[in-house]
Amino acid sequence: MTDTELLEPFERMLIDVASVSRLREILKGGPVDGVWEPLQESGYLDALLDPAHGGAGLSFAQLGALLQAAGRHLLPVPFGETVIARALLAQAGIPPPRGPMVLITPAAGSGNDRYQQAVPLARVAQYALVEVNGRISLRMLSQAAVRHTDVHGSLAADVDWRCAPEMVAGGRSVQSGMLRAIAAVIRAAEIAGAADQLLRMTVAYAGDRAQFGKPIAKLQAVQQQLAVMAEQVVMARMAAQLGCSSGFPPSLSAVAVAKHICGAAVPRITSIAHAIHGAIGISEEHDLQLYVRTLYECRIAAGSEIYWATVLGADYLKGSCDSTVDFVRGMRQMHLNG
Amino acid sequence: MSEPGAGSDLASVKTRAVPTAQGWTLNGSKIWTTHAQHADYMIALVRTSGSSADRHTGLSQLIVDLKAPGVKIRPITDLTGDQHFCEVFFDDVHLEQDALIGAEGAGWEQVTAELAFERSGPERIYSSVSLLDAWVAHLRSAGRLDGVAAGLVGSFLAQMATLRELSIAVTARLALGESPVLEASLVKDLGTTFEQSIPTLIADDLGSRPDEPIAAELYLTLMYLSQIAPSFSLRGGTREILRGIIARGLGLR
Repeated sequence: MTDTELLEPFERMLIDVASVSRLREILKGGPVDGVWEPLQESGYLDALLDPAHGGAGLSFAQLGALLQAAGRHLLPVPFGETVIARALLAQAGIPPPRGPMVLITPAAGSGNDRYQQAVPLARVAQYALVEVNGRISLRMLSQAAVRHTDVHGSLAADVDWRCAPEMVAGGRSVQSGMLRAIAAVIRAAEIAGAADQLLRMTVAYAGDRAQFGKPIAKLQAVQQQLAVMAEQVVMARMAAQLGCSSGFPPSLSAVAVAKHICGAAVPRITSIAHAIHGAIGISEEHDLQLYVRTLYECRIAAGSEIYWATVLGADYLKGSCDSTVDFVRGMRQMHLNG
Repeated sequence: MSEPGAGSDLASVKTRAVPTAQGWTLNGSKIWTTHAQHADYMIALVRTSGSSADRHTGLSQLIVDLKAPGVKIRPITDLTGDQHFCEVFFDDVHLEQDALIGAEGAGWEQVTAELAFERSGPERIYSSVSLLDAWVAHLRSAGRLDGVAAGLVGSFLAQMATLRELSIAVTARLALGESPVLEASLVKDLGTTFEQSIPTLIADDLGSRPDEPIAAELYLTLMYLSQIAPSFSLRGGTREILRGIIARGLGLR
């Protein structure tokens, strides 16, 4: 199956079920069933599962293309997280429940490990896959466990995971920190997708909006800004691909590259999008706000660009490689320890 | 390609080759020709018909024997004291018929295709890598293996890894015989921005610790790159020209 054959039906479904008008209803508290049920029925949630177990047997790289599509359509349900959780549960011999899941990765022993703050899409999730020191467990997200951040128009929530009743205790162990890395690469791919759509919107707006008797797209200052925005979108797309190309589970270095580059692109991209849209971009009625809010949430979630750059840089500094070019060349094969 | 009056505005080259019974007679001059003083031949973009008003038509590429009578080469000393660039003057230089490269009048299309090679290769990513490696060695010897410096190292590595993938993606298209002018422009602007950021950010780091001694060679490399880095976004097409090409690719021009 080519990537296009894989992606096209998925995108068609998203156009049908995850329109911006439906997203706006969900942001006002409307149900997500109209998005979630078709997704559940489609089989895409078992994308990573072996065909012998009823899955699609996709590679993590192929899933990455779907994650970017989810970002492009601002899919208001935790698609990537659920795919990952279902794969991990199935590997552990646990039949995954129906319903959307998020990934929770508290810093054990930090003294601040009760809440995980601002988990994207947690308000519409039913379950959480929790990893503490490499041990995963599945928990039911009761109302008590999920606290709205009160950020206007956001589906993120603070999750008090200890309040969530454990459904499956003592799940199998994974590499410590692995779930956070996976969450980070999901966010990176969503950034790449949402940024791509935002570029299209911004270019179209620059062509429509006339000032000084001509479309602002004809102004050289505007053209140069949009060129910079396009560069950042391409950079984010390539980094997201790199992050998903190291297999499953992904290598920490590949994740670090993806989340660093995609996160760093966010403020550059959003500031240009806002500059081109002008005052109308500050209104709720215009769709720009839907994209920039998602981009900001994704940037800060699961470790920002500085967090991941520090992980990558400290690993390099503590190693013995004395050629950055050699390191980068070997990155795809390289897995960080720990 | 460049001439004193034709830098970013490459279509206005004035050096002219007039066809003769035996070949061509070349008059004019070129500037910023890298290592011409060490080279035996150069390939020049020159006008073979029409005038500057014809812009992209009437240009051709000719190969010039730099030992031929009428050729004068003058090295230009750059701001670091090096001599990489030259001016090359042509005074009634005779060229044989077979000096023509490709098709007569197709010079613009040919150099545009060549620039896709020049704009996307590793030399658009790795220009500051010696400094980066020397600085990493410094951090290790100073025992600074974590924190802000590690974040900066990681950022450089992440950018380099992503740019390398982009460069390889463009190379793959070149290898298929395509001419990815837009993509190559994008890689060059991103790559040179990265290369230029390295001396600035490393100077920020080293200068923030006046009591931490640094090796003479590291300081020399830092100062050399700080001074030469502005050329990264001039050679092979200026940043503003490249962004104009990208804007055209977005349908804005």
